[in-house]
Amino acid sequence: MGKLTNFKRSLWVFHASGGSCNACDIEIVALLTPRYDVERFGIKLAGSPRHADVLLVTGAIPRDFADKLRRIYEQMPDPKAVIVVGNCGTSGGVFYDSYNIAGPIDEIIPVDVYVPGCPPRPEAIIDAVVKAWLKLEKLEKELEGKKE
Amino acid sequence: MPKTAYYIPIGPIHPALKEPIRVEAEVEGERIVRVDVKRGFAHRGIEYMGMKRNAIQTLYLSERICGICSISHPYAFVVTAEKALGIEAPPRAQYIRPIIAELERIHSHILWLGVIAHEMGFDSLLFWTWKGREKVLDLLELLTGNRINYSVYMIGGVRRDLKESHIKAIKDAITYYWKFTEQMKEIILSDPVYKARTRGVAQLSKEMALKLNVVGPVARAAGIRMDIRQDMPYDAYADIDVRAVVPQDIVGEAKGDAYDITMVRIYEIEQSLDIIEYCVDNLPEGKILAIPNYPALLAKIRRTKGEAIGAHEAPRGEVVHYLKFDGRDGPSVWKVIAPSYNNINSWAPLLLGAEVADIPIVVAYIDPCMCCNDRVALLKTPEGKVLGYEYIHKKAVEKTRKIEKEVRG
Ligand code: SF4
Repeated sequence: MGKLTNFKRSLWVFHASGGSCNACDIEIVALLTPRYDVERFGIKLAGSPRHADVLLVTGAIPRDFADKLRRIYEQMPDPKAVIVVGNCGTSGGVFYDSYNIAGPIDEIIPVDVYVPGCPPRPEAIIDAVVKAWLKLEKLEKELEGKKE
Repeated sequence: MPKTAYYIPIGPIHPALKEPIRVEAEVEGERIVRVDVKRGFAHRGIEYMGMKRNAIQTLYLSERICGICSISHPYAFVVTAEKALGIEAPPRAQYIRPIIAELERIHSHILWLGVIAHEMGFDSLLFWTWKGREKVLDLLELLTGNRINYSVYMIGGVRRDLKESHIKAIKDAITYYWKFTEQMKEIILSDPVYKARTRGVAQLSKEMALKLNVVGPVARAAGIRMDIRQDMPYDAYADIDVRAVVPQDIVGEAKGDAYDITMVRIYEIEQSLDIIEYCVDNLPEGKILAIPNYPALLAKIRRTKGEAIGAHEAPRGEVVHYLKFDGRDGPSVWKVIAPSYNNINSWAPLLLGAEVADIPIVVAYIDPCMCCNDRVALLKTPEGKVLGYEYIHKKAVEKTRKIEKEVRG
């Protein structure tokens, strides 16, 4: 992945889950533990969306969760990126014909990276975060460009 | 000093909770005086969708009810469907199914041990237990092709056979986990700080447990001998004579607190190892599917009328499914009861009168699985100031440290 010239800090991630089956969430937790240990890359789960650069969303998003998700997204500072983990957030997946889902997520908030799989492997999620990093690099450049 | 009541809503989205549920508590000083639990935030209408799809698709869907114990719902589903349809799985499949189910119990219980350690502030323990958990996930990936959501059961059997190389890998894992549980007993159960922090916390008497209708390890920790594998045996469990693991058999008495439930879970891992070993050693030869042709299976389902109730002992307690088939290639009625539904009942009485620092332990102790609930912890003052789950977690860790100092001197 080349050198980051603009986005020069650790990546903080906020994880929101609504109407997932949990498998994706548990793989995200597995990322933090010794086998995958993403903290060695500076990637860290943040406790609040206000501290986060990346929003990781899992799940098909039930109706009453959609506005909560929108609010989380709005609370995040710019530049920000959104990653959808799992099929059910990407397209509805196995829950496509449910009467209670408001998803796919990209109809609720803008999405930058999709991770297909039900559930995807942890390596795929790391790869998605790296892609989001590149996106943030571009956004940061634009933001700085505007300042000049 | 005047007493101020704080209002603490704990719920929908939070990194520390795996799934969504909402608990509302009112606190005076350090004591909780009122509790209310609300659930239903992750409702996806799964039963409704299942009643529109064919039985094989519904089986796949049932796996997505919960991804942590992702074989428990399919297991209950196939047991029930086989009963309703009058299909019997071949003996080899009946032995392969418990192997997968018990491997899953091992990963689920280790996951819980990590979570409870984290809630108390033993983060190194969380990392150590989860490191041990990766081994069983690797094994499941080898046997089924996926780390989670294995899609390996089928009505009338299993979809993948065990090969010689698999059996060797299973035996290796068994040896590894016998050592691992010994270490866990040493590190967790014999640790004076862990004991002081969990003894008497989240304590459920036998009467209360019966009244609240709790199931699984929560009931067993309170000394109730209940386990679907013992009470309504199915598949290879009928040959094995599984006995419920209760604390009175291990240490002589059951207190029903967070310490006892830790003990029950660790000893259940050992029980699972025994079951897997038995199944591997006595694995019958033969085919693995009663009706290997899926269109033929669906045609049979279309022709058969019947209904049944079936259950499986999941890592968190009993999973009960009801199915009715009449003339469609899928169920015309499907009803699911998951164990956390009963176990969450224990939160309100356990939290009443407890300290704020004990909330994380009470909440984590039943190993809640709330793919049908809410998620986040917020503490709000009457002026609307939000104190957040970090605050409660910090309190929990502080209490552990205090006890640590007292115990270790
Ligand atoms: S994508 Fe699949 S595994 Fe992931 S949360 Fe959705 S249903 Fe579960």
